[in-house]
Amino acid sequence: MKKTFTCIICPNGCSLDVDYDGQNIIVKGNLCKRGEIYAKEEIIAPKRTISSSVRLIDGDMEIVSVRLSSPVPKSMIFPIMEVIKKTRVTAPVHIGDVLIHDVLSTGADVIATRNAERRS
Amino acid sequence: MFEKKDVVIIGGGPAGLSAATALYRLGVKDIVILERESKLGGILRQCIHDGFGLQRFGKSLSGPEYAQVFIDEVIENHIEYHTDATVVTLAPDRRIEAVTPEGVLSYSARAVVLAMGCKERSRGSIMIPGERPSGVFTAGSAQAYMNIYNRMPGRNVVILGSGDIGLIMARRLTLEGAHVAAVFEIQDHPNGLERNIVQCLNDYDIPLYLKHTVTDIHGNSRLEGVTVSEVDDSCVPIEGTGKIYPCDTLILSVGLRPDNGLLKDAGIEIDPRTNGAIVNEHLMTSIPGIFSSGNVLHVHDLVDFVSLESEALAESVSRFISGTLSHDRDISVKCGSGIGHTVPQRVSSGDGFSLSLRVSSVMNDVVIKVRQGERDILQRKMRKANPAEMIRLDINSGTVLPSEDLEVLVE
Repeated sequence: MKKTFTCIICPNGCSLDVDYDGQNIIVKGNLCKRGEIYAKEEIIAPKRTISSSVRLIDGDMEIVSVRLSSPVPKSMIFPIMEVIKKTRVTAPVHIGDVLIHDVLSTGADVIATRNAERRS
Repeated sequence: MFEKKDVVIIGGGPAGLSAATALYRLGVKDIVILERESKLGGILRQCIHDGFGLQRFGKSLSGPEYAQVFIDEVIENHIEYHTDATVVTLAPDRRIEAVTPEGVLSYSARAVVLAMGCKERSRGSIMIPGERPSGVFTAGSAQAYMNIYNRMPGRNVVILGSGDIGLIMARRLTLEGAHVAAVFEIQDHPNGLERNIVQCLNDYDIPLYLKHTVTDIHGNSRLEGVTVSEVDDSCVPIEGTGKIYPCDTLILSVGLRPDNGLLKDAGIEIDPRTNGAIVNEHLMTSIPGIFSSGNVLHVHDLVDFVSLESEALAESVSRFISGTLSHDRDISVKCGSGIGHTVPQRVSSGDGFSLSLRVSSVMNDVVIKVRQGERDILQRKMRKANPAEMIRLDINSGTVLPSEDLEVLVE
């Protein structure tokens, strides 16, 4: 099987030519090692990260922005969004704080990406 | 009374913050940042998706995290800044006045850094006919509603324009439960980065229609639908191809323009190609001591390059203040065939610099050349060149001779 991907790891957006015979995966066109890893994952089990916001109680704004600490299988994106939607956290929150640990057993944490102070 | 400052920086977004922290590191500490919004960070505050910082920090950060790295450095070093401060006057003699809730701030600066960023083109700028219901948003305002104010712009969405913010918003709206019917792009190629087409549209089965545009808007108080038509090779809608898409929200991602109002007031020369200032390799505008970087100079794709450009600017500003900025020639950088624009547009010394450019159309297997007279200064082979992706070439010091103009072209 031959496939062409656009690598999404960084803005270079390398065009990857992937050759997969059921056992070996050969990747060409990548400028760096991350492209090879991405292409292999894309064949076997595609992964993505997502960003969203979590409801903030007593904070300077209604929400605090969050992202996943590492990519998760694509099929887990919408189930994770449901968990994020139900989550409430109380200010203050700081960048890097783990708001949901190991979300849905994916191994990824939901972490805060903004410093949110208490409402004054 | 005009307070004397070494450097006044207008804008506390990524360009202003990068310039301020770099100036401080270079020992230029008598500086002040003037920010119009209530917080530092600029547009990054609402860009909660990740992918920032891969070039600058070697890891993938969200916008607020990227900004905070610089904000922390500003605070640690006690760099003076004012928020809610809108600059209303920029005079050619580098006097600046800003209004704030506490009153007017007046400065007389040895150097000024213009770092005001860009603004979005709106429905008015592309003149979409039709009714005037609510529900028509620019991508950036929809992004602010969702990511800052926690409000959904709507439920059934059509997106016009394939700029990066529109693509990012297609994914964001889908994740939050809206239905995005399609993205329409008037040109024959996408306007955003290819990785965003993949991870924001393809991943969520959102179709992208090239050579299509919105030709009518329907709805009384709230948007009820838009008419979408195919366009011909000169981007003119083809009669009879119109199709109605019911929707309550239209998101426009139809381009960014440098926010150049203050430049005009000061009489700074503007490049009609970039809509930003004409600068030399030191990023100095046509008025000595006034410098510019980031999206108010030319619209960037990546914040990492805004930071790198602003850090180069800081070096020039520092030399200007100490009187060691060289200026021994005055040559132009001309846009040859296939080149949309370049920054800088002028060269005033033999110093090395980064030449940023965009090609004017999508091309495959080309060579980009920088030429002075009969001499090729630099060549860059490219498998593909796309106007949506800025290209940066490093010109080494001593390679530009004091004589003829430079020409950049595609072969």
